[in-house]
Amino acid sequence: MKELDFRDNETLELFKKTGGNVLMTSIDAIIDWGRSNSVWPLTFATSCCGIEMMACGAARHDFARFGIEVYRASPRQADVIVVAGTIVNKMAPVLKRLYDQMSEPRYVIAMGACAVSGGPFYYNSYHVVRGVDQVIPVDVYIPGCPPRPEALLYGIMQLQRKIKLETITRPEQVGVRG
Amino acid sequence: MDNTNLKARILEIVPDAQQEENKQYLTLLVPAAKLHELAVKLKTTSDLSFDFLFCLSGVDYGKQLAVVYHLNSTQHKHYIVLKVKTDDRVNPNFDTVCDIWRTAEFHERETYDMFGIRFNNHPDLRRIFLEEDWKGYPLRKDYVDEVNIVEF
Repeated sequence: MKELDFRDNETLELFKKTGGNVLMTSIDAIIDWGRSNSVWPLTFATSCCGIEMMACGAARHDFARFGIEVYRASPRQADVIVVAGTIVNKMAPVLKRLYDQMSEPRYVIAMGACAVSGGPFYYNSYHVVRGVDQVIPVDVYIPGCPPRPEALLYGIMQLQRKIKLETITRPEQVGVRG
Repeated sequence: MDNTNLKARILEIVPDAQQEENKQYLTLLVPAAKLHELAVKLKTTSDLSFDFLFCLSGVDYGKQLAVVYHLNSTQHKHYIVLKVKTDDRVNPNFDTVCDIWRTAEFHERETYDMFGIRFNNHPDLRRIFLEEDWKGYPLRKDYVDEVNIVEF
């Protein structure tokens, strides 16, 4: 992956610690190219951010051109779960179960203020989980209430950049995966 | 039927209903004991025929607890709002209207879940949104939750 492509995101260069010989690197490049350009999400949307995600998938800002071709209804077949919406205490075990059922490699995008930190419900709410990273490990955080479709597309591109840093020999070295 | 006629008809049935002024629909406060009888008459009388209960919700007025019923007639296209209030915050009780409008089953469960208002003769009064063993009634003004609520 060329350094030029990380112009927008200098911090990701800190994670770039791939080793290995030239052959490994080109295999990594192919695999990462394949994985990052076809992330298929799980159908998951809880509240208003879900509508914004649907707007992003509709004709005007189409995320199918980024590789998000279909939504998979079964977590076994999905690559990413875009947590779009507020997660309440009643929904948190369901979300954990869905995440556990997804198979590796799996990614999580926390979309919207509610998924990032509890958002507008951080104070004075008796039932909202303050941020979905209390339940599952998150790869990309997209702030906004709701984030514009362009912001979701930027978040997806961030995830693609993050996936392109992975190496198949040491998959645990990417990012700050917990 | 316009609001003055509606009010006159209802005052025939329940003479001590009081109107609340300056509301979007004709709003009447009725005594809790007369609610069920009034509701039956509102549904069955042919020129009133309020067959659609489109909202039933609880309200906490600080000292009193109330239930508000929004009624519509799909035939005559008139609207009305009924309110019943109680001062009892420990054990508030009203009569159910499930036997008249079946949608009230779920709405009254929600009112019980959020305010603790019980409804007499309800077929299945239990919590609908929160867990079965949740303590407290969150939408009351004096609800305190040390564990979950972060104070500003």
